[in-house]
Amino acid sequence: MGLAGPAIAEEISAPAAAPAEMTAVAVEAPAPAPAKIDTGDTAWVMTSSAFVMLMTLPGLAFFYGGLVRKKNVLSILMQSGIMLCVITLQWVLFGYSLSFSPGNGFIGGLKWLGLNGVGLTPYPDYAATIPHQAFMIFQGMFAVITPALIIGAFAERMKFSAFLVFSILWATLVYDPVAHWVWGLGGWLRNMGALDFAGGTVVHINAGVAAIVAALMLGKRKGYANQPVPPHNLPFTVLGAGLLWFGWFGFNAGSALGANGLAVGAFVTTNTAAAAAGLTWALIEWLHNGTPTTLGVATGLVAGLVAITPAAGYVGVMPAILIGVVVSLICFVMVAFVKTKLGYDDSLDAFGVHGIGGIWGALATGLFASKAVNPAGADGLFYGNPAQFVIQLKAVLITALYSLVVTWLILKLVNALFGVRASEKDEVLGLDLSQHHEGAYTVLE
Amino acid sequence: MSGRRTKENKMKLIIAVIQPDKLETVKEELYKAEVNLITVTEVLGHGRQMGVTEVYRGVKETGNLLRKIQLEIAVNENFVEPTISAIRKGACSGDIGDGKIFVLDLQDCIRIRTGEKGSTAIG
Repeated sequence: MGLAGPAIAEEISAPAAAPAEMTAVAVEAPAPAPAKIDTGDTAWVMTSSAFVMLMTLPGLAFFYGGLVRKKNVLSILMQSGIMLCVITLQWVLFGYSLSFSPGNGFIGGLKWLGLNGVGLTPYPDYAATIPHQAFMIFQGMFAVITPALIIGAFAERMKFSAFLVFSILWATLVYDPVAHWVWGLGGWLRNMGALDFAGGTVVHINAGVAAIVAALMLGKRKGYANQPVPPHNLPFTVLGAGLLWFGWFGFNAGSALGANGLAVGAFVTTNTAAAAAGLTWALIEWLHNGTPTTLGVATGLVAGLVAITPAAGYVGVMPAILIGVVVSLICFVMVAFVKTKLGYDDSLDAFGVHGIGGIWGALATGLFASKAVNPAGADGLFYGNPAQFVIQLKAVLITALYSLVVTWLILKLVNALFGVRASEKDEVLGLDLSQHHEGAYTVLE
Repeated sequence: MSGRRTKENKMKLIIAVIQPDKLETVKEELYKAEVNLITVTEVLGHGRQMGVTEVYRGVKETGNLLRKIQLEIAVNENFVEPTISAIRKGACSGDIGDGKIFVLDLQDCIRIRTGEKGSTAIG
């Protein structure tokens, strides 16, 4: 499969240079009248980009920040915030070109370095009705949040300098190629027919697998005894979860790349799956532990959002409910039993929620996708096309394997050069004081 | 005062200042020594160990106080040594900053619920 990619890519990259020969490859691309900017579509994609920005900071930052001990909360906010700075620059300088410019099946070209040629008119192969830069900045916010998701795995113990180097390398060597495979012109998973509406594979499986690799390689936090460490501020976590839910409308409904019916459909499935998953998690806890918890609902709704991401524009509302219910069942078993049994310290469950939820979502897309919902998609197993499930399974396995191997190599390299783990003394003192010389809270005054 | 209180059974108040990350191990050791009643406070301070430097908008503040945990444990005299050794066992890393244990005479102790006094009220 990997060898077939480049050959197909060359066929596609040729017409890409001449927009006149436009084909309706993009999810939403009405064939006639090329290069006409639609104001509604443009407004929605710009708004969605801002929504997705909000997911990283303060959404994810506070979701994760509330879960750590109070001596480390700034380190989480800092790591999330600096991702916006660093990956934004990486993206406009070379990340967008590596991900989306016409290249081979594995990686994009260098044609769009520094956004050279990425202008204010549409690039119809990706989105025919919005300026090319609108598509670029929307995708850029995805590139920012993906490495930020991994923070949850190595929270409270990674050296800040090593984190920065790791994240830049990971964005370049893992995110950019995988984004190209799935969404880029000539990308080989895209050509294979894998469905990933808004990034279940590219964002969540990719980051989730990187998270388990990072958790295993960095080792447990000092004193971690396979028991959850009490979160220092659950209201922060609930605030973050709410912002993530809000931002996810941009993430999923924005992925329609237009203000249209598909966007509304994705909006509704996203909201429905989040609701079903949040409620399911509460009910599981009620039955299993006697009381439902706020952290449970916050975790569940995020798991629901993760799971619906690849499916949002391809499934109907009833499958969305099912996807939400099942993701909470699977993720609950993962974080409550499997994690404590195996004893790895995926501190904030980046793998348990994003990795596992993402895998379920990608496979569920292969089960429940329907052409009746989205003619540009495909039918899934329950709609008479088992082949789609096999394609989804392949895409999951290949992405997971690639992320696993390359994340491992990057961490080995960064560890050899700088050391990835904060010293024991710094970890005990807390990363806020040791890495940033700041404290989040005062005791006196 | 209380007729139940005997002269030979004196009460002591043990105050210990320890590193925050040692609280869990100290608690475990105390439970092993069957000392179950403790009061825990978050405090600031430093002894021979220097405080930390913090920076806010480029301005350095040196010698800021470090977070510590203070334990208060009231015990009858026969529990003093087991309590001290449990705290040391749980809190000692061998580095500067491990903290200190203070032992004070305790004049009396009253259980609010029953009005009991002295060594019967303490446990």
